Amino acid sequence: MTWRSPLALVRDALRGQRARENELRSLESNLPYEGLEKGKQPNRYFPSNAIKTTKYSLLFFIPMNLYEQFHRLANLYFVGLVILNFIPEVNAFQPEIALIPICVILSLTAMKDAWEDFRRYQSDRKLNNMPCFIYSRKAKQFVERHWKDVRVGDFVKVVCNEIIPADLLLLYTSDPNGVCHIETANLDGETNLKQRTAVSGVCNTHPEFEPESFNGIVVCEKPNNNLNHFKGYVEKPDKQKVGAGIESLLLRGCTVRNTDHAVGFVVYAGRETKSMLNNSGPRYKRSKLERRLNIDVLFCVILLFTMCLIGALGHYLWLNAMPVVPPYLVPPTSGHLYRPSLTSFYMFFTMIILLQILIPISLYVSIELVKIGQIFFITNDIDLYDEETDSRIQCKALNITEDLGQIEYIFSDKTGTLTENKMVFRRCSIMGTEYPHKENAIRLAVLDEPEAEEEVIFNQHARPLPTRWSLDSEEANAEDTHGHGSRRRSKVTGNAQSDVAFSSPLETEVVPDGKLFQKISGSLSHSQKTDAYLDFFLALAICNTVVVSMATTKRRRVSVSPQAKHTNTPLETLSSLMRNAGSIFKFCKRNPKRHRTFTEDSEENFQPSGQTEEVGITALRPCSLHPPSLSDEPALTSDNLRYEAESPDEAALVYAAKAYGFNLLSRTPDSVSVRLPSGEVLDFEVLDTLTFDSNRKRMSVLVRHPITKEYILYTKGADFAIMELLGTPYAEHFSGNKKNIATVTQRHLDCYAKEGLRTLCIAKKVVSEAVYKHWSVDRKNAMAAIENRERLVMDTAVQLEKNLTLLGATGIEDRLQENVPDTIQALREAGIKVWVLTGDKPETAVNIGYACGLLEDEDLVINMGCKDKLTCTNILDCTLEEVRRYNADPRNVDTTLNMSLVIDGLTLEKALSPDLLDRFVALVKHCRAVLCCRVTPLQKSRVVKVIREKLKVMTLAVGDGANDVNMIQAADIGIGISGQEGMQAAMASDFAISRFKHLKKLLLVHGHWCYTRLANMIIYFFYKNVAYVNLLFWYQFFCGFSATAMIDYWLMIFFNLFFTSVPPIMFGVMDKDISAEMLLGVPELYKTGQGEGDYRFTTFWVSILDAFYQSLVCFFVPYFVYQDSDIDMFTFGTPMNTSALFIILMHLSIEIKSWTVVHWIIMLGSVALYFIVTLAYSAVCVTCNPPSNPYWILQSQMEDPMFYLICILSTVVALLPRYIFHVLQNSIALSPFIQAKHLDRKDPSIREEWMKELRSYRGGGQVKRSRLSTPPSPTLETPVDFIHESLAVADIMGDDFTLNAIAKN
Amino acid sequence: MVKQESESANRPDNTAFTQQRLPAWQPILSAGIVIPGFVLIGLAFIGIGVALFVTSKSIQELEFDYTGYSNESPCSSCAQSVVANCKCSLNFTLTTLLQGPVFFYYGLSNYFQNYRRYGASKDDNQLYGDLSYFTSPSSSCSPYDYDSSKKPIVPCGSIANSMFNDTFTLTWTVNGKTNNVSLDGKGIAWWTDYNVKYRNPNVTPLKNAFNGTVKPINWAKPAYELDASDPSNNGFVNQDFLVWMRRAALPNFRKLYRRIDASGDYKNGLPAGNYTVDITYNYPVRAFNGVKKIVFSNVSWMGGRNEFLGIAYLVIGSLCVVMSVVMLIVYAKFKFPDEE
Repeated sequence: MTWRSPLALVRDALRGQRARENELRSLESNLPYEGLEKGKQPNRYFPSNAIKTTKYSLLFFIPMNLYEQFHRLANLYFVGLVILNFIPEVNAFQPEIALIPICVILSLTAMKDAWEDFRRYQSDRKLNNMPCFIYSRKAKQFVERHWKDVRVGDFVKVVCNEIIPADLLLLYTSDPNGVCHIETANLDGETNLKQRTAVSGVCNTHPEFEPESFNGIVVCEKPNNNLNHFKGYVEKPDKQKVGAGIESLLLRGCTVRNTDHAVGFVVYAGRETKSMLNNSGPRYKRSKLERRLNIDVLFCVILLFTMCLIGALGHYLWLNAMPVVPPYLVPPTSGHLYRPSLTSFYMFFTMIILLQILIPISLYVSIELVKIGQIFFITNDIDLYDEETDSRIQCKALNITEDLGQIEYIFSDKTGTLTENKMVFRRCSIMGTEYPHKENAIRLAVLDEPEAEEEVIFNQHARPLPTRWSLDSEEANAEDTHGHGSRRRSKVTGNAQSDVAFSSPLETEVVPDGKLFQKISGSLSHSQKTDAYLDFFLALAICNTVVVSMATTKRRRVSVSPQAKHTNTPLETLSSLMRNAGSIFKFCKRNPKRHRTFTEDSEENFQPSGQTEEVGITALRPCSLHPPSLSDEPALTSDNLRYEAESPDEAALVYAAKAYGFNLLSRTPDSVSVRLPSGEVLDFEVLDTLTFDSNRKRMSVLVRHPITKEYILYTKGADFAIMELLGTPYAEHFSGNKKNIATVTQRHLDCYAKEGLRTLCIAKKVVSEAVYKHWSVDRKNAMAAIENRERLVMDTAVQLEKNLTLLGATGIEDRLQENVPDTIQALREAGIKVWVLTGDKPETAVNIGYACGLLEDEDLVINMGCKDKLTCTNILDCTLEEVRRYNADPRNVDTTLNMSLVIDGLTLEKALSPDLLDRFVALVKHCRAVLCCRVTPLQKSRVVKVIREKLKVMTLAVGDGANDVNMIQAADIGIGISGQEGMQAAMASDFAISRFKHLKKLLLVHGHWCYTRLANMIIYFFYKNVAYVNLLFWYQFFCGFSATAMIDYWLMIFFNLFFTSVPPIMFGVMDKDISAEMLLGVPELYKTGQGEGDYRFTTFWVSILDAFYQSLVCFFVPYFVYQDSDIDMFTFGTPMNTSALFIILMHLSIEIKSWTVVHWIIMLGSVALYFIVTLAYSAVCVTCNPPSNPYWILQSQMEDPMFYLICILSTVVALLPRYIFHVLQNSIALSPFIQAKHLDRKDPSIREEWMKELRSYRGGGQVKRSRLSTPPSPTLETPVDFIHESLAVADIMGDDFTLNAIAKN
Repeated sequence: MVKQESESANRPDNTAFTQQRLPAWQPILSAGIVIPGFVLIGLAFIGIGVALFVTSKSIQELEFDYTGYSNESPCSSCAQSVVANCKCSLNFTLTTLLQGPVFFYYGLSNYFQNYRRYGASKDDNQLYGDLSYFTSPSSSCSPYDYDSSKKPIVPCGSIANSMFNDTFTLTWTVNGKTNNVSLDGKGIAWWTDYNVKYRNPNVTPLKNAFNGTVKPINWAKPAYELDASDPSNNGFVNQDFLVWMRRAALPNFRKLYRRIDASGDYKNGLPAGNYTVDITYNYPVRAFNGVKKIVFSNVSWMGGRNEFLGIAYLVIGSLCVVMSVVMLIVYAKFKFPDEE
């Protein structure tokens, strides 16, 4: 590198800064500058593709790490103590020794950080050295380079199944239509293929792309983390601008699929890529328990200060009582004594040093370790593993495990959370005629059967190994080995999901309705191409964004995350590394399987399988998968077509069309080919696709009919979004039938909604050529716009979607997930209130509510829907008054009003207004279940926040879609269901599960365990520290409050560091107060954790008092024994230290509820370690630790029978009260836990009987509510209906009356 | 099978450990179960308690305060004077034999050897015989590290400086005949102190090692002349010095002074008769309200006399027995239905 003046360097740096900060970036090709020095490169200001996620560098590790560590308060406390210890007036120990704890902690943390950083460095290096192809002007071809060599402005070629190294603007693909398919699973977890199209009109040099011919300038926006938006254009030399959006951007980390190869221009590289910008560190939340804990730590600080004050005061009095200087009072060097007041002031600080362990700093470290252990067990729970998606539960928030045990409110999404979000076509209505599809319903009922024999989870546990899981997998695998993967497997689990989304037979196979089928055949035979039925099915087949692929192109799911996560916690790194390692392993393992699939199913369609063996990270050669869009493929029969859609509704509709013979054969951006039942293939030219957005709630496709050459717009969308756009009724216009199709269809739609079906309306519009021409100009302008592009594009869409003609409507069933009613029932028994917040209509929601057991027949369902505030106020007041009256009634003492509330979004808005909020909250407090319908994502999060803050309860939100993200983040615990709607929810969540039913075990078992374990561990930790430190404190009364320790300082450190540190951690990770079977069988046990829970103010103080008592015993038993004897200091301290160890460990033994091998090993190991280490230390240390004199003390003590007698007596006396308390508590005041434990000991058959009895007892305890409330309501009519259309006083009175009547019954 | 692995690579291991299904012992502490435990512990404790109590009772202990606070006290004159080597004697009579082996202690009260700065005021390396620390004692000894003329003090520090310097001789008067009771000063310190922890520098004569150093301010004689009668009992391994250097745990303590030499008339202990302890009174304790004592005691396997432990064992043992009765009542009343 040549020398450049510093000024030039500064100028260059400034210019680079400006270039990076600029809103718009102009990038040109690097090729003309190839080989030139760096300063001449046009894109030198932008970061290269090499990524660096490490925090430290080798040289500056120590200072940087120390700097980082001293940001923690705990470490500052240590440093403060050390500094105090270096002040001669104040020090309690040798100053060097006081450095030990801080050094140990700092170096341990530093080692952990260094290791993490090293692993990050390794994964960075691996990523940076991944191979890729970059075009070189010299070589005139793409040459193999590494990822780190990629720079902005390069041309990169990616081949099939390769991971994209940087954000590329797609310029060319091997596909004649300029399409490239990518899988974004690495970024957002969505497994469906996405289509990306090359920027049109930039590179016309077919068949091979010549990067050197590219001479445009790429203008793009500043890098941002939005994965779904990109704005940019290519400016050609002739100043013509070609717009480019996200549809032309290949994102780093995605995988190329179904496309032989593609070439892109690097726009963002390295840390500026969207995937890296999206990569934020782990979430940090404080759990409720930890917040409580901090208060108690504060109490400890107060306690410490009090004790130190007592020490200082005592020292003052002691000194004051001294008439002259006694020989043992060492004067300071200056020769004369300090004044007592000053000395005792110093003594205060010395005491702080001596009693420092009272502040349980090690508790924080231990809690972190315990949580790592707890998360290990949660993620390893095989019951929370989903066989179908091969996914475990993921814990993203590492420090709120114990919150799972304290949940009082659950807010759940409906679609995809309670339901499968696997759409099954059920019914349709065409031109006002309803086709119920009875045959299809029968088929679904048959498929349902395996689900009917659901097993309750605890039964599975009761069985010895192998459990159901292993049995299942064996079956599945056995069948798999000689069958076509997905189909067979799906049958095993009823509604399984295969590798490709939305393709279980449940969804793909629709049995056509006989009548409708005849009708279509009829209309076809009359060859009426414009028949409405034909249009309807064509719309189903065309109006979507479904990607067609071959059934045999089975894709592997890639789970390598190309971005190393910025992690702060060891577990996160560990697990991500393990994940990475695992997926690499998977690559290797999977290849043979791929191989097999190819050879078995698709010899003709694919190149010899030999090539595919190199698929994976090392895949350099393209595996020539033919793009599916080639419709002339010989083997393209309708059977091996597979549809992949972003929304499951779409796939369901396309499969439905297929059932009637309308096969969607292929889809490219420009054309759609559909085979009609007659066998004829129609190629529609797609002129435009007006994609779905949540404002319009509809999507449209504008096509040109190949025969009639008409411009036709097919639209589908939510019923209200379509109905308001209808023009002249189609029927009047066409067949002369006067009945209003819209009205009839609306009736059908209402009917569908009551059945719990999701409804969509299908409409069409014929556009005249003139209108189209005019519109397309607007459209193009809108597309090329950089500012306000989204709004402009939407405006053009709205412009066209007018005066539609209704074709019909469809009803799609969203099936309940397995075990949902059972889970909800269990959660409810556990004292958790379940709310459902959904965007669906009230009718659909209520039906799902009944189906999943959220609403029960005997419930009093209040349906709140009011148009104005006054009505709302009235309803709230009336209902509250009613509840009050009901509760005041002496007849109802032992029963509760089982009330449920159904409320819609508009009403909710009013109820949440400040003046009604309190009343609303008061009302919902009495409701067993609340259903909020038609709520927006924002409302969802508001509801969660209101309940959380007003009622001061622990909330949990569970959802699966992007619309649940707000809610998930607002709740104390957010749970994402990694389902069909992508991974946004799962990525924003604290825990990601794959099924709703997993909540049951997660909360009832793991939540309970984690909570009780951690709560008990923390209480024990406080106790342990106080008990041990108090020994020193009591000694102060006998040594003139001079901060003398009668225990060797090293042994004190060892005591906390080695002898008593592991057992509490083990206790926090492994203790099991009740078995999982009992917790699942008797959900009431969960209630102990709610509200205050186990960890209460009283529990803390009781354990502190116990610690005081025990330390008194532990100190005064040896004291009275050795009173007036010739005992020396450290001999005096030895039995104390030993019995303290025994007391502290035995105390834990009383608390441990279940002893496994691990418990025994650790407990006995701790005792053994104590003796071994102490003996070795006292044998070796002759002059090592100056003031103290540990040499041979334990040895001589162990020869003395008195030592053992003292230890036994101290231990027994210290633990007797706690032991007796436990025994009496377990014998007299039988808590549900003890009962459950007793039950747990019985053999399974008796236990089940008991459990059944317990449950029936519970059932009996509740007065049957049917006499109080309205009769069971299968439909909407029956519940007490509070929907007021107008503010009619009579109405309210009427309702009031109804309620009264009910109550009086 | 390769295939199986790849199908469910994320599947957790189904082991008893990861599934938290390790076989476990789950004791439920309830009244019925703990009764035998309480009975056993109670009986065992009562047994131990009785043994301890009986043993403790058999131990005889004679304790004499010679501080001289009251005027009747034989050493009251010495206590008031500041003369060095003030002599006084203390008489007592034994009516029966004091069973041997008999230990002769001196005791101090209100004396805080466990005071923190006092405890730190010594130099272990110097006491280990390391000559380099003779010339430059550790600063922990300050202010007793150098004297006013900046000469190093050996042994340095406050503990050594404040060494107890009263001496005692015991005479037995029987039938008008006075016999000197021979006192054994060997092996009264810890074996490890004498052999390992404290060492004299390897210089002969020992005196030369102390060249250029001064004796502690309060000492009458330098360290190498502590015991004129026994040259091996000098320097840092002087038994009295070792006993003093092992700091007492509590402010009221006794330290072993001598053992009664179990030979001749004293084979079985101290026979009955009149005894006189001749005291060389040097150590000032009145200033800080201290008390000086002489103690004669015989020992058993449990050391000196201690009634506390025996009584404590008896009380706790009885308590356990009582608890077992209470538990029995509780058990009968609140029996869990399925408990056998």
